[in-house]
Amino acid sequence: MSASVTESRLKASFKDSAVAALITLALSFMLIGMRTEISIGGLIIDYRWAAVAITVVVVFAGRLLLNMYVWRPETPRTVTFRTIMLGLSILAALVIFYLLDRFLGTFTGASPARAIGNNDWLWILLIVGLAIVAAIVASALLGIAERRGKPSGPGAAATVRAGFAPFAKWMPMALGLLAVAVPFILIEWLGARGSRQYLDLAILVLTYIMLGWGLNIVVGLAGLLDLGYVAFYAVGAYSFALLSQYFGLGFWMCLPLAGLLAACWGMILGYPVLRLRGDYLAIVTLAFGEIIRVVLLNWYEFTGGPDGISGIPRPTLFGIEFERGDEGFAALFGLDYSSIHRIIFLYYVILAMALVTNFVTMRLRRLPVGRAWEALREDEIACRSLGINTTNTKLSAFATGAMFGGFAGSFFATRQGFISPESFTFIESAVILAIVVLGGLGSQIGVVIAAVVMIGGFEFFRDLQDYRMLVFGLLMVIIMVWKPRGLISTRKPTIGLKRRTGISADLVQEGQG
Amino acid sequence: MTRWMDNPVLTVEHLTMRFGGLVAVDDLSFDVGRGDITALIGPNGAGKTTVFNCVTGFYKPTEGRITVRQSSGDEYLLERMPDFEISRDARVARTFQNIRLFGGMTVLENLMVAQHNPLMSASALSLAGIFGLSRFRRAEERAVEQARYWLDKIDLIERADDPAADLPYGDQRRLEIARAMCTGPQVLCLDEPAAGLNPRESAELNALLMYIRKEHDTSVVLIEHDMSVVMEISDHVIVLDYGEKIADGTPEAVRSDPKVIAAYLGVADEEVELVEEEVGL
Repeated sequence: MSASVTESRLKASFKDSAVAALITLALSFMLIGMRTEISIGGLIIDYRWAAVAITVVVVFAGRLLLNMYVWRPETPRTVTFRTIMLGLSILAALVIFYLLDRFLGTFTGASPARAIGNNDWLWILLIVGLAIVAAIVASALLGIAERRGKPSGPGAAATVRAGFAPFAKWMPMALGLLAVAVPFILIEWLGARGSRQYLDLAILVLTYIMLGWGLNIVVGLAGLLDLGYVAFYAVGAYSFALLSQYFGLGFWMCLPLAGLLAACWGMILGYPVLRLRGDYLAIVTLAFGEIIRVVLLNWYEFTGGPDGISGIPRPTLFGIEFERGDEGFAALFGLDYSSIHRIIFLYYVILAMALVTNFVTMRLRRLPVGRAWEALREDEIACRSLGINTTNTKLSAFATGAMFGGFAGSFFATRQGFISPESFTFIESAVILAIVVLGGLGSQIGVVIAAVVMIGGFEFFRDLQDYRMLVFGLLMVIIMVWKPRGLISTRKPTIGLKRRTGISADLVQEGQG
Repeated sequence: MTRWMDNPVLTVEHLTMRFGGLVAVDDLSFDVGRGDITALIGPNGAGKTTVFNCVTGFYKPTEGRITVRQSSGDEYLLERMPDFEISRDARVARTFQNIRLFGGMTVLENLMVAQHNPLMSASALSLAGIFGLSRFRRAEERAVEQARYWLDKIDLIERADDPAADLPYGDQRRLEIARAMCTGPQVLCLDEPAAGLNPRESAELNALLMYIRKEHDTSVVLIEHDMSVVMEISDHVIVLDYGEKIADGTPEAVRSDPKVIAAYLGVADEEVELVEEEVGL
């Protein structure tokens, strides 16, 4: 590189950094530089010019360094690259800020960050760092090194993915084994008392994974945008609760009934909205979800309205209850009684239910009905010209998705022992849909990752209150900028003559409802 | 009495299609002979695609009757049937002017979707399929065999596992025909199959259509602007203009018909009277 090029870049970088520093100065002048403090006789303004100076210097230096060494014109500016760089620069800025703060704080006694909060900075740092690392690791490991452009020839796609094939093969198996081992690992590590909180969280995550898989049939495979999925979750939960309340039926008896009832509701909803597409379908399903909730809320004599239903029976293991006493699980198996047994049992119940959902979905995808769902998403008119009854196909997608929602709902009811319409608000539908969309439409493993990150992460950082929403939003924006079709967007063919290589997301339609 | 009237597979009688005040097809009647390749031609906007949409059930005709007589002797009145039944029961398959493949699915998957109905009944409400019963597995093997046969015929066997949207245009056209053939049709309606093809691809298409006519119990109806295709392979040509039939006969007869020439080429002002006299207006 010639001297003149270096010089001109230095000049340009310097200018750019100066502008950035100026903007920072303008912003931090009020935001960081002044702070109202309570003192005797009223509020006074506390000036913190040192903090402003530090901020400006950090921005200037950081920008200059980035300009000189990272944002080189010869490096390709792909979206991935930019996103990673954005994340890294945020991380670097926070680290520098934190270090400077500590350094200055030790001998001036005036910590600029102190005003923002004691440990919050550390936490934000940690979360942002974790989020970025998680996103990078997820994409790198899961073989999403797909090229953004279309492959040049038939062989190109195959070679790109060949390196990841073994990984993709054992990945689900490893995840499954890990899921089976989770309760024992937790108890070994944290003890029965300490692990309870995390087991509860794991059960919640698994419930959302199951819901995500159920919705994935409707949205991911059939391409029907359903914003009211929580309605089926509610139907499942209330079916079980009411059947047990009025007829005294137990969990295992009600589970299939709840699924069946939810599937019926799926068809009842599906039938009138079949002619609607896209946005219109979304609005009507949303309304349907609200109708179910409002009915549950107002039909006081039957559902208990806002009081909800309590005293829902717990699941039993072939009739054995998880209770203290001679007939209880612990006594029969010669163990000391512990409330953790039931939690572990619940964990395995939902794990089994989720795995069944997964197995059935994967199987259905390879059957004519599953191919018809995907064909429907690709082109409805072509489907009709091939003799596919699109009405029945859509209804079967709605009913299958709703059935799994109903199963999950009845599990939710038995786990909580109490349900009320509060638990089935629109925000639940939105979260489930977000899991499916962020994970990648139609991808089973993507739903798992998204559910773990969203539900797990969300609950894990509950102590942080307001900041977690911020980080949550940031994470979603980053994923949508970087992978607009979700984390795992490659579509795997359902059948192959010689090989089955993934299909790039650019070719796959999203469906218009 | 011409050949195609003896044993027509498809009969259209007094077909009229109005969109509000616009009469797209006006009192059109024609026969499609069994085992023939019948071409439907005419200038842009003559109503050819509308006729196709009426025959395949995408439009409900305002008036008229459309009858399919299968080689088994079964008769179906298409104007009363919903579109998917026309394909499933009456066995009329079609392709589209703007190709409608399932782009995100592989070539093989496209052909498997076309065999949805036989596979669906073999999978017994998906239950036989979920439990992997041999009954379903055999049906699926047969379906793959059928797909392989057509992939061989359209020379795409090497690309069976590539996404359909990745294929070049000419291959997509042939794949769409193969997909329609996988439904086992009695009548195959092709909407401008040669549009956008180069001369070599056009020749391949001709060969494919001739092969279908020779080896399969399928009659072909096609809309086409490419006269090299129409004149070379069709047995029977029907010419439409402004929604009305202006000529109906063998390619040789139609080619020399002054009405057809007038409709296609237009006539100079001073010749209008002369031509009108000639065509008897």
